[in-house]
Amino acid sequence: MSETLEHIASAARTDAPPAILLDKVNKWYGALHVLRDVSLNVALGERVVVCGPSGSGKSTMIRCINRLETHQEGQIKVNGIELSDDLKALDDIRREVGMVFQSFNLFPHLTILENCTLAPIWVRRMPKKEAEEVAMEYLTRVRIPEQAKKYPGQLSGGQQQRVAIARALCMKPKIMLFDEPTSALDPEMIKEVLDTMVSLAETGMTMICVTHEMGFARQVADRVVFMDRGEIVEIGEPNHLFENPQTERLKTFLSQILRGH
Amino acid sequence: MSDITLNAAPKVAEAAPRTAPISQIGFVGWMRANLFSGWLSTAVTLALGYFIIRWAIGFVDWAFVNAVWSVPNNQTQACRDLRGVGACWAVITEKHRFILFGTYPFEEHWRPALCVALFVGLYVVSAMRRFWRKELALIWAVTLAAIGVLMWGGVLGMPYVPQERWGGLVITLILATFGLAFAFPLAILVALGRRSKLPAIKAICVIYVELIRGVPLISLLFMASVMFPLFLPEGMNIDKLLRAQIAIILFAGAYLAEVVRGGLQSLSRGQYEAADALGLSYWQKTGFIILPQALRLVIPPLVNTFIGFFKDTSLVLIIGIFDLLTAGKTAIIEPAWQGFGIEVYLTVGAIYFIFCFAMSKYSQGLEAELNRHRAR
Repeated sequence: MSETLEHIASAARTDAPPAILLDKVNKWYGALHVLRDVSLNVALGERVVVCGPSGSGKSTMIRCINRLETHQEGQIKVNGIELSDDLKALDDIRREVGMVFQSFNLFPHLTILENCTLAPIWVRRMPKKEAEEVAMEYLTRVRIPEQAKKYPGQLSGGQQQRVAIARALCMKPKIMLFDEPTSALDPEMIKEVLDTMVSLAETGMTMICVTHEMGFARQVADRVVFMDRGEIVEIGEPNHLFENPQTERLKTFLSQILRGH
Repeated sequence: MSDITLNAAPKVAEAAPRTAPISQIGFVGWMRANLFSGWLSTAVTLALGYFIIRWAIGFVDWAFVNAVWSVPNNQTQACRDLRGVGACWAVITEKHRFILFGTYPFEEHWRPALCVALFVGLYVVSAMRRFWRKELALIWAVTLAAIGVLMWGGVLGMPYVPQERWGGLVITLILATFGLAFAFPLAILVALGRRSKLPAIKAICVIYVELIRGVPLISLLFMASVMFPLFLPEGMNIDKLLRAQIAIILFAGAYLAEVVRGGLQSLSRGQYEAADALGLSYWQKTGFIILPQALRLVIPPLVNTFIGFFKDTSLVLIIGIFDLLTAGKTAIIEPAWQGFGIEVYLTVGAIYFIFCFAMSKYSQGLEAELNRHRAR
């Protein structure tokens, strides 16, 4: 791929300390136990796809990684920094972790370009001109540089999601989290977003992606995590996991997914 | 970018476009649709038209044709002879200085007049988007300070004028401008505080809003003018106008805070999360993402409250402050001019209307402009 993402690709793919470490993480919503002893290591440069039925805690898990949700027990470390009530540590982590949401969450009152430059200018203290150059670079990478002056409401869902990806990348994160990025899209727009994600994966970006797109999982994932009822039930390479499910729960899930497609 | 092409459908012969029938469009079409769409609506239109024209002719006769514009030396007999037939605008000719400037020393009237001009200039400058920069705060500070110097005097060869002698339009503008200029930022802070995760801040904001909203403005003004001095140490006194001003700021702040909070609540959680995920700090998130969207959404109720408070400043009459309305009321106490209330109140009403209507018109334009991003 182009040089824009070289800084990420330069990181070693193996033998590096884990980019993300979850150790016996537990979380409750009131009395509801939504994460149960979730433990997961993600190496630098690794691509992990998380799947599972709705309500299985997969979104909650990745939202804990940049602390949009707080966990109550266990330990989460991102780039070696532990997530705690320490706000300084949280700032450091959020700067390094980009996130893409199911509902895009672009800022509707700002232009596409402003959406992309706001955080680099104010969080990274990047000069405005440089931030705009970086933003145009990433907008070109997601193939919508010509929309830079428009507002999010003037774009299609697929275009908005690609802008959301560019916006996260403008912060030059080391890790990208995707929370069902294609679930809110019309079928004909899913492909353009997945293509963007595939090309991002090819640059060696560390990615955790919650998705039901099994084709995407097979194409890019190093490992697939299957969650159900707040637990990690199975972890494995995509082909192995999909062809030899070890548990009834995964078998049921896969048959439902396949029936749906 | 989505390359969806829908031009595969077979071509159907295209009908040539033509203009709509003349009876359906333009002024004629509008009249047909709205005024004369049936015998009943035609009858109503004609009847209402008759009454409106008759009333308008009567008003023009009273206000202009038969009106008395001036009388010599308070000789109001000419006016009294025309009671009910013609307006006595002589009362305005005679008393307009008093209505506009109250008991401010006559030779010094240019000072409050200049202050009114400064206020209007300040509004106009603030209304223009190209002046929406950091310097605007400085312009406000300088202008308000200049107004203070002009009103009090005592420097630059201007004689000192105690606050008790200020009055008229300038008092209304002082109360409204200072009131809203301080109440609005206060309201934003309180609205944010009410949504704070810190229990103490949240509690203070809730108590403030509920307490202030729970009492009438009049009772707050009474408290400010009568009760408040009792709590001050002997010999210490705070200007009555300042006390009324503080009461108005606190009252307006509570109402505006609830309007702003309404805007904050209408934003989706995703906006907060996206800002958090990008690593923006609380104040960056609030200043760049949350408030700009929330305030745009509440422009109509915000301006509604602004206009309401502009007029509510007239309640200070009950604690003896000479605002525009009180000055008008006082102008016709003099025996020679008693009974010409209609003319005075129409004039005072027109002045209020000009300011309120300008606010309303401006807000409509602002709303359209700031919400352009919502158009597809």
